[in-house]
Amino acid sequence: MSASLALPAPPSRRARLWRRYGLAAVGAAIVLAWVLVAILAPWLAPYPPDFVDVTNRLRPPSALHWLGTDALGRDCFSRLLFGARISLLAGISVVALGAAFGTLVGMVAAYARGLADAALMRLTDLVLCFPPIILALAIAAALGIGTTNTIIAMLVVWWPKFARLARALALVQRSQEYVEAAVVLGLKPARILGRHILPNAVGPLVVLVTLDLGNAIITFAGLSFLGLGVVPPTAEWGAMVAEGRELVEQWWVATFPGLAILTIVLGFNFLGDGVRDWLDPKARSR
Amino acid sequence: MKPPTLEVEGLRTVFLTDAGPVRAVDGVSFTVDAGETLGIVGESGSGKSVTALSLMRLLEEPARIVGGSMRFQGRDLLAMRPDELRALRGDRMAMVFQDPMTGLNPVIRILRQLTEPMVGHGRFAPSEARRRAIGLLGRMGIASPERNVSRFPHEFSGGMRQRVMLAMGFANDPALLIADEPTTALDVTIQAQILDLLRQLNAEFGTAILLISHDLGVIGSVCRRVAVMYAGEVVEEAPTAAVLEDPRHPYAWALVNAVPRIDQPLGEDRRLVSIEGAPPDALALPPGCRFAPRCPFKVERCEREHPPLAEVAPGRLARCWVTQAGQLLPRTGGAGLGGARAVPSAGAPLLTVRGLVKHFPLPRESLFAPRRVVHAVNGIDLDLARGETLGIVGESGCGKSTLARLVTRIHAPTAGSIVFDGQEIATASAAAIRPLRRRMQMVFQDPYASLNPRMTIGETLAEPLVAHGLAQRGAEVRDRVSGLLATVGLNPAWVSRFPHEFSGGQRQRISIARALALEPELVVADEPISALDVNIQAQILNLMLDLQQRLGLTYLFIAHDLAVVRHLCDRVAVLYLGQVMESAPAEALFARPLHPYTGVLISAVPVPGRARVVLEGEPPSTLIRPTGCPFRGRCPIARPLCETPPPLAEHAPGRWAACHFPGEFAHAGLGA
Amino acid sequence: MLRTVVTRLAGAAIMAVLATLVVFLIANTVPGDPVLAQLGDIAASNPATVAEWRAKWGLDLPLWERYLLFLRGLLQGDLGISIASQRPVLDDIAQYAPATVELATIAFLLALGTGIPLGIAAAVWHDSWVDAAARVISLIGVSSPTFWLAFVMLAIFYGGLQIAPGPGRLDPIAFPPDEVTGLFLIDSLLAGDREAFHDAAAHLVLPSIVLAAATIGLITRTTRAAMLEAMGQDYVRVSRAKGMRESYTILRHVLPNALIPVVTLGGLAYANLLAGAVMTETVFSWPGLGRYTFRSAAALDFPAIMGITLVVSITYLLVNLLVDLSYAMLDPRVGR
Repeated sequence: MSASLALPAPPSRRARLWRRYGLAAVGAAIVLAWVLVAILAPWLAPYPPDFVDVTNRLRPPSALHWLGTDALGRDCFSRLLFGARISLLAGISVVALGAAFGTLVGMVAAYARGLADAALMRLTDLVLCFPPIILALAIAAALGIGTTNTIIAMLVVWWPKFARLARALALVQRSQEYVEAAVVLGLKPARILGRHILPNAVGPLVVLVTLDLGNAIITFAGLSFLGLGVVPPTAEWGAMVAEGRELVEQWWVATFPGLAILTIVLGFNFLGDGVRDWLDPKARSR
Repeated sequence: MKPPTLEVEGLRTVFLTDAGPVRAVDGVSFTVDAGETLGIVGESGSGKSVTALSLMRLLEEPARIVGGSMRFQGRDLLAMRPDELRALRGDRMAMVFQDPMTGLNPVIRILRQLTEPMVGHGRFAPSEARRRAIGLLGRMGIASPERNVSRFPHEFSGGMRQRVMLAMGFANDPALLIADEPTTALDVTIQAQILDLLRQLNAEFGTAILLISHDLGVIGSVCRRVAVMYAGEVVEEAPTAAVLEDPRHPYAWALVNAVPRIDQPLGEDRRLVSIEGAPPDALALPPGCRFAPRCPFKVERCEREHPPLAEVAPGRLARCWVTQAGQLLPRTGGAGLGGARAVPSAGAPLLTVRGLVKHFPLPRESLFAPRRVVHAVNGIDLDLARGETLGIVGESGCGKSTLARLVTRIHAPTAGSIVFDGQEIATASAAAIRPLRRRMQMVFQDPYASLNPRMTIGETLAEPLVAHGLAQRGAEVRDRVSGLLATVGLNPAWVSRFPHEFSGGQRQRISIARALALEPELVVADEPISALDVNIQAQILNLMLDLQQRLGLTYLFIAHDLAVVRHLCDRVAVLYLGQVMESAPAEALFARPLHPYTGVLISAVPVPGRARVVLEGEPPSTLIRPTGCPFRGRCPIARPLCETPPPLAEHAPGRWAACHFPGEFAHAGLGA
Repeated sequence: MLRTVVTRLAGAAIMAVLATLVVFLIANTVPGDPVLAQLGDIAASNPATVAEWRAKWGLDLPLWERYLLFLRGLLQGDLGISIASQRPVLDDIAQYAPATVELATIAFLLALGTGIPLGIAAAVWHDSWVDAAARVISLIGVSSPTFWLAFVMLAIFYGGLQIAPGPGRLDPIAFPPDEVTGLFLIDSLLAGDREAFHDAAAHLVLPSIVLAAATIGLITRTTRAAMLEAMGQDYVRVSRAKGMRESYTILRHVLPNALIPVVTLGGLAYANLLAGAVMTETVFSWPGLGRYTFRSAAALDFPAIMGITLVVSITYLLVNLLVDLSYAMLDPRVGR
C-alpha cells in the first residue's frame, strides 16, 4: 500500500494547456488560415479564377497547375482560393444576421412575456416545423439563382434556433437574483436586458454561432451543388464539386473543393467545441 | 474483545489540482464502537464530507487517499480489492447523502431502488426483498408503503425521499451508517422528524451512526460524541454536551457562540461572537496551529508549533496549546456593542400591507386541462414601523420569499394593497415605482447568484448611483463606492475585482453595500444568511445590526432559522400556506406562542436535551386552497370548530393569532 | 395519456394548416416566374400563350381564392398536378417515397447502432483515447459535406476498388421485385428473391453510410454528453454506495436517464434524414423524394414543391409527436 501512497506527479503545464485548449487552437488556426486565403486570394492565385483554356482541360495536378484543371481548362487551385471568399462570406452573413435577428426576437419575447412572447414563439415554431433544407431549397428556387437570394433563403430558416435558445437563456437569467436586484434598484428594462441579461446569456449563443458557421457553409455549398447557390462562372466549392461529380477518373476536380469545405467546417467545429468547453466549467472538468 | 466498528488513524486525503495537492483531510483519527453515535461538525471546506467519502472509498478523481489507515470491524479498508469493497458498501456499511431530491434515480420505481442492494448483496431473494422494502418504508414512517413502494421518486416530497434514502441505507441492516448532512436540505419540522428517526433506529437496530453536519444542534440531538473539524484536522473530540457547554478549542468555542441559542435568554447586546478571517488556504497551511491566524486566545507558541490532538480533560481531546496548558475559554465573548437597541418609533408605519394575495398560474398541461394555480400568498396583513425589524418565518412554500418580492414589487400582486410611506404601490406601474426604489432595497439569499458575474464590484455599486442621478460619473461615484465598501467592512481597493474572486460572506457584504447605495429606509432581506457558514452568518448578522443602528434602517427579515429571528427581530410574523398564523413581539412569541403552529415550529429546533413535539406530516400542496383553518390538517389540537377559518385577531396588546384556541397548545417549555 | 395525445394531435394539425399557408405564400408571392421556367423564352414572349397558360394553372385568380382552391384540393387529397411531370403530385410522391424511406431508415438504424455505443464508450472512458477517437470521428462526421462524401465513396469503392456497386437501387439490368411496399429489401424477401435482396442491400451500403455520417456524429456527441451528465448525478454515487457493480450502475441507472435526450435527437434526426436525402440521392441517382425535390425546385415546379414541403413537414410534425409520446414513456416525470 505504501508505494501507491506517494503523490503522483501532476501533468506538466504544457500537457494541461494542450488538453484544455489544443483542439480549439487547431480550429482557430485552420479558420484563420482560410480567412487569410480568402482575403489574399487575388495575390495568391497563379491564374484568374475564370480564365478558360479549353486546350488545357482536365489536366491532372502538376507543377503548373497544382490541383489540375477542370473541364473548361480553368486552374482548380486558383478557383479553390477564390471559392473561400464566397463560402466564408455566405456562412458569416447567414449566421451573423440570423443570430442577431433570432437573439433579438428571443430576448424580447422572454422579457415581454404574455401575448408578444406567445406570438413570436408560435412564428418560430412554424418555421421550425419545416425541414430546413427543403424550405431553403423551395425559397431559393422561388427567389431565383444567385448568392444573395440563397443567403436570404437560408436566413429565413436560420433565425428560429437562435430565437429559441436566446429566449430560453434569457428566461433562465430573468429569474436570477442579480436580475431581480437590478429591478429593485430601479434600472430601466433596456439596461437590464443589455447590461445584465445579455452578457450572461451570451456564452451558449457564441458556442452555437461558432458551431453553426460550419453548418451554414455546408448548407450553402450544398445548395450551390444543387445548382441554386451561385451564378455559373463564379468559383464556389459546392458548385465545383458538382462540376466534377461525374468525373471519377479526373478525381481532383471534385475532391479538393470538398476537402476545402471539410477543413474549414472542421476548423469551426473544433473552435466551437473548444469554446463550449471553455465556457462551461462543468464540461471542462470532466 | 470485538474490534471497534470503525477505526480511523491518521487519514490523509488530497485533491490533486493544477495548483498542487490540496490537503482536504490531513491526519484525521477517530473510533466508532459498535452501536455508537459520532458526529463530525465543521464549516464547508473543513474536510468532513471528504472524510465520509474516504471511508466509503467512494472518492472520485482528483481526490486520493495518501496516508493513514482505516479499519472496519478489524478489516483494513485500504488493503481491500474493489470487489471486496463493493461487497461491503451498502451491506455492512451504508451511506445517506445530503440531497434527497437528486439521490434517487428519477426513472426507476422506489421498489427497485430499495431492493437492489438487498438482492445485489445476495442477502434476500427478490420476493423477500420486496416484503422487506415495504416493511422498511413503513418503519421509516411512510404511510401506506404497499402502495407507495411502486411509485416514482418525483411523486414524493423531500422529506419522504430522505426516508426512502434511510430505508435504502438500512436495507441490509448495516453495522455502520454514515449520514452526510441528511437534513440540511429539509425544513425544520421535517428535520426534527428525520433526526428522531435516526435516534430511534440507532436504539432499535444497534447500528453505529456517523453523522456529518455543519450544525452542532443537529449533531447534539443524535450523537453522544462529536469531532470538530477545521482545515482538514480534528481539533476537538469530546462528548457533544460537553462541547456545547464548555468547548476546549477556540474554533469549537467560536462555532458554539456564533449561533444564537433559542434556549438561552436574550441579552441587551445582540452581537454574536464572530471570528475574523477565513480558513487557511489548503495549499499553504500555516506551520503552527491552523487556527492561530484567527484565534482570539493565541499565544506565541501557537504560530510556531503545530499542536497535537491531546487530552485536556478526561475523555476530551483538543488540538490547542492554550487549553492543553489548562486555560479555560470564556463562557461568552465578544466586545459589547454598547448602548441599547434603537427603539422603533411610534407614529405612522413605514409599510402597511393589507389583504395581499399572489397566485401564480401554471402553464396549461394540455388544451383541455383546467389551469392550475399556485396559491403562494393568500391574504397577508402586516405593519412595519420605522426603525423596526420584522421577522417573517415559516417552512419552505409558506410564501415568505414571494412576500418579499411583492413588497419590493419584483412581482405584481394579484390583489391587496401595499402602502409605502403613504403611497400605494401595489398597483402602480413600474415607471411610477422607480423613484420610490431609492427608499426600499433588497438583499438576496444566494450570494453566488445575486451579483452579476460579468460586472466588477465597482460597476455593480456605481450602477444604481448613476441610474438615479445620485452622483456624477468619475470622482464622485468613485468616492461613494469606496465609502460603501468601507461601510460593509471590505477593502475599497477591491473595486475592480469580479464577484468570483470573493467568498460567500464577502459577496453578501457586497450585496448589502449595493442595497445601501441608494440610502434606503427599508431593507427587505430574503434569507440573507442561510447560504453561509455559521461564523460568516454571525459576521453578517452583526453587520446588519450595526448598520441598523448607524443608519436607522427598517428591516423586513425573511428567515427559516427561528433562533436567528428571535435574536435579531423586534417582532415576528409566522406564515403558513401564505397566511399569517401569528404575529407578536419576538420575545413574547418565543416565550409563549399562542398559535399551535408556532409552538411546534419552535419545538422542532434541535436543542440537545430538550423534549419536543414532533409535528407529523408535511405542508399540503399550495395548488389547492384549504378550507377552514389552513393548519387544521396537521394541528395537534384541531376540533370541528376549525372548519371555519379563524380570523387574525389581537388576543393581547400587540399579539395577534389566527386560531380559535389561542395559547391552548402548551409546547415543551422554552419560556419557563 | 390519451389527453396528451389528443392535445398534441390538435396542436400538430393547427401547425400543419399554418404550414400550408406558409408554403402557399412562398410559392405565390416571390418573384420567380414559373412562366419563364416552363414555357421557355419564345413562348413566354407571346402574351396570348402566357395568358392561356396562366388561366390553365389558375394563376390569374386573386391570391386568397387560389389558396382556398388549394386547401379544397388538399382536403380531397389533391396536391395539384406537377407542371413538370404532368401527373398528380401525390402520385409522384407515392412513387418516390419508398426509396427514400428505405434509405433513410437504414441510415437511421446505422446511425443509432454506431452513435449510441460510441457515445457510451466515450463517456465511460472519458478523457481516454476512446473518447478522443469518438470525438474526432463525430466531428469529421458532422463536418463532411454529404454531396462530397458521396462522390468520394463512389470514386473509391466503386470507381477505384470496384468492391461496391454503382449508383441506383439495383443493377441496371436487374428487375425490381414485385411491388408490395416499395421497399426493395422487404419486397424481395416477400417474393423470395434472394438475388434481388442481395442486390438491393449491396446498393444500400454506400448511400446509407454517406447519409448517416453527420447523424452518427450528432448522436455520438449527444449520447456522450447525456451520459456524462447522468454519471455526475447523485443517484449514481448512491448506487455505488449501495455496492452495485459498475456495469450495473452504468446500464441500469445511467443509461435510462441518458437515453431521454437521445430519443429527442433521434426523432429529429430521422425526420432530417428523410428530408436531407437530397444530396445523397442526387449523387447516387437514387430515385427517391430527394431527387424529385431537387428536380422540381430546379424547374420551379411549384405544385410539386408545395406538395413535397407539405408532406415532409407533416411527417416532421408526426415524428415530433411520436418523440413527445415516447418521452412520456421513458420519463415518468412527464405527462402522467
